[in-house]
Amino acid sequence: MRTAFVGQPIERLEDFRFVRGRGQYVDDLARKDMLHAAILRSAVAHGRIRAIDVSRAKKVAGVHAVITAADLGDRIPLVPMRLQPMPEFEAFGQPVMALDKVRYVGEALAMVLADSAGVAEDALGTIEVDIEPLPAIANWQSAAKNETLLFEHKGSNVTMKFRATLGDADAAFKNAPYTRRERFSTQRHTALPMEPRGLLAEWAAASGRLTLSGAAKVLFANRRILAKQLGLAVDAIDMVEYDVGGSFGARGEFYPEDFLIPFAARHVGRPVKWTEDRREHLMTMNHAREAACDVEIACARDGTILGLRGHGFVDMGAYMRTNGAVGARNIAQFMSGPYRVPNIDLDVSLLLTNKTPVGTYRGPGRFETDFFRERLLDMAARDLGIDQVEFRRRNLVREAEMPYRVATIAPFESKDELDSGDYQVTLERCLAEFGWAEKGKLKGKLIDGRYHGLAVCCFIEGGAAGPKESARLVLETDGTLTVYMGSSGVGQGLETAFAQIAADAMDMPMDRINHVFHGSTAYVSDGYGSYHSRSIVMGGSAVLDAAAKLRAAMSAEAARRLNCGSAEVVLADGRATAPDGKSVSWAELAPEPLSVEGAFSNHKHTWAYGAHAAHVAVDPKTGAVALIDYVAVENCGRMINPLTLKGQLVGAVVQGLGGAFMEHLAYDDNGQLLTGSLADYLIPTASDFPKIRGFVMESHPSPINPLGAKGAGEGGIISVGGVIANAVADALSSFGVEPRDLPLSPSRVWQLVQDARK
Amino acid sequence: MPVKFEVNGKPVEVEVEPRLTLADCLRHHLRLTGTHVGCEHGVCGSCTVLVDGAAVRSCLLLAVQADGAKVVTVEGLSLEEGLTPLQASFRKHHALQCGFCTPGMITTAHALLSEEPDCDADRVREVLSGNLCRCTGYISIVEAVLDARAAYKRDGNGA
Repeated sequence: MRTAFVGQPIERLEDFRFVRGRGQYVDDLARKDMLHAAILRSAVAHGRIRAIDVSRAKKVAGVHAVITAADLGDRIPLVPMRLQPMPEFEAFGQPVMALDKVRYVGEALAMVLADSAGVAEDALGTIEVDIEPLPAIANWQSAAKNETLLFEHKGSNVTMKFRATLGDADAAFKNAPYTRRERFSTQRHTALPMEPRGLLAEWAAASGRLTLSGAAKVLFANRRILAKQLGLAVDAIDMVEYDVGGSFGARGEFYPEDFLIPFAARHVGRPVKWTEDRREHLMTMNHAREAACDVEIACARDGTILGLRGHGFVDMGAYMRTNGAVGARNIAQFMSGPYRVPNIDLDVSLLLTNKTPVGTYRGPGRFETDFFRERLLDMAARDLGIDQVEFRRRNLVREAEMPYRVATIAPFESKDELDSGDYQVTLERCLAEFGWAEKGKLKGKLIDGRYHGLAVCCFIEGGAAGPKESARLVLETDGTLTVYMGSSGVGQGLETAFAQIAADAMDMPMDRINHVFHGSTAYVSDGYGSYHSRSIVMGGSAVLDAAAKLRAAMSAEAARRLNCGSAEVVLADGRATAPDGKSVSWAELAPEPLSVEGAFSNHKHTWAYGAHAAHVAVDPKTGAVALIDYVAVENCGRMINPLTLKGQLVGAVVQGLGGAFMEHLAYDDNGQLLTGSLADYLIPTASDFPKIRGFVMESHPSPINPLGAKGAGEGGIISVGGVIANAVADALSSFGVEPRDLPLSPSRVWQLVQDARK
Repeated sequence: MPVKFEVNGKPVEVEVEPRLTLADCLRHHLRLTGTHVGCEHGVCGSCTVLVDGAAVRSCLLLAVQADGAKVVTVEGLSLEEGLTPLQASFRKHHALQCGFCTPGMITTAHALLSEEPDCDADRVREVLSGNLCRCTGYISIVEAVLDARAAYKRDGNGA
């Protein structure tokens, strides 16, 4: 393949609309006769619904309908599991509207449809709800006691236990010269895309068709779910994406509202729009990351890791949602990360609590498990008297060991192997860019009242989830190209990246590509969307397949017109040329638009990898941690666009710093969310972390796809909790402070110093 | 009640409920959807517009409070064709991903650079710290604003 555009830092095509305020997000849409939906949410974390009286709401001027679970038919649809759809989870699914019990603050109780959002919200205030409170389970430790049950008939709050195994952990620990066991935890936080969720549903009664705008991430999967729930044929529904203000895993999963709003539109026969407010967002969109782990490491005296074993606990919130099991699974399967750990036995329990259900957030399970592991590695290195960098060098999987088999997970068995790469190279590059050797003298040093600390951690990032992605290329009658994708754009810049790939694959200039269309179930026969850092690898490879097919079709048509063999036709510079020099333009090859669909199927994963290093300065009097420098290096096999790739890396680091330092969805003992606004739920701002440096490499292409690319949207976040906590430990080593829990808020760090001084 | 003000240089007259925010008025009554609403409680800055030259949160201002004011939105800071130097700088530095916070960043940065074309990086960070972005990590946004200073020094208004 030609590489005129792939690999170049091309400024994004999307930006022309975004910087001028011409993006079109779902709340920007308006339709004639449109009604607005507002949803009444439970203020009680756990309770039995005695009565919901909506009679006053129905009388409010401007209200057209009020819907409760009683209006949804005999069987209230449940939010199904999209990933790991095991029968064991089915009983823990979330009803799209609460019928007899509420299980978290924010659960939908009733929906009002009115002429304006304001009137709909006014009417919510007139609904009388009678709920008999039950004891609330506010944390996984209480859940584990099974004294209060969220689902009484199930007899337990544990929905599943994943177990990751490799080798013989018991034997390894029995004979190990060094072991250490620790308990670590990460706090509940969330993706928080800047655009709140929204949907606009339109029901065409005459044709029996539904159009749902505001879809994102996994349109085709959600269409299948919705069709089943509404009793419609799959092709009677169009899902349309528009511009999406960020997903990070959370936006675009199937939520209760993804049923309720289409149902409402069909119910009233008018378009219905719903846009959540930020408080609603914080208590209803998937939460993530709340996990703890008792983990033990075994090492030889020279620092060689012999085994990892232990027990993890994940607070799932009140229900099992679409992808809620992924984080827990990843904590178990990927605790070994990029390191050679021959013996593993880790189980992770999924426990229900009376809090918002969880789902994936960028680097699901990986952020948590890397924090656990990297903390433990630094502790072990210190115990064994081995330099923390040298400890990692000795244990990183070597290039010669690729492909490298990681622990097998069960149930829903999955085996996986690291595909390629030289993990030493990214570690050394990270150390060099960071200036590790020069900064080494600062470790633990007190300068102007602050203790300085350094840390470096290594990571792997899984990508390219299968089974398939689709792309359709259309040669238009003017010889230009239009690209249609099954992938979903959630703000990452896919239009530009796919245009680069398509232009090179077709051997044409980018400005002859009209547009890259994505995010509609109408564009391709089947699509799989954006998650697991899969769009570039899967969608990009599908573009290559479609381009090869289109070029073959163009060559065949040219051969017919030019009286030569199709293999002899040269397609370049907008013309098809025969060996005798005769030629036709691409436009002439397409008297009608020439459309072909391509696909890429794959059941293996790509593994991008790299290292992060951090330099912090800790004020022991206040507990404030200043980030002095941060370097992240990621090798992604093949760069499509270094500009946007670096953007993914740096942006993800800062998200991770939010999780490491400040973001916390705090609950009280009654299951009340205490951080329901952006004044309480803190995310990084422009002044918090001014120095973040990202470097991307492409020395080892992935062997499992024709682009050689590896998914690279999540590597920036995976290491952050671990490297920050290790740097703080390094800074405060003279106190013997060992952070074991995130976030490292000033009060927590101050408390660690106080405790150490006792 | 009726409200009269100027939006992007054009006089408008709108009939609004007293409780309607300026943000909702701009978006849903005047269909200027470039102004985004991310939190409705004055923290995220996505809805920032210029009111008589000052960057303000249009979600914290009622439409009736804008009576008689000169309001400028991101649409008013844009050309029919092409990009302004500030917008081109955002694109060059990849200072946006999903684009949702971008109109607020553009209006806030425009107000800053119009007043202080010589501001330094710390000042840019301080002013932008009232605008949340979840995608970029801000580094590229700060670089874009600093790089756009030259146009404001030269032309006064970045046009």
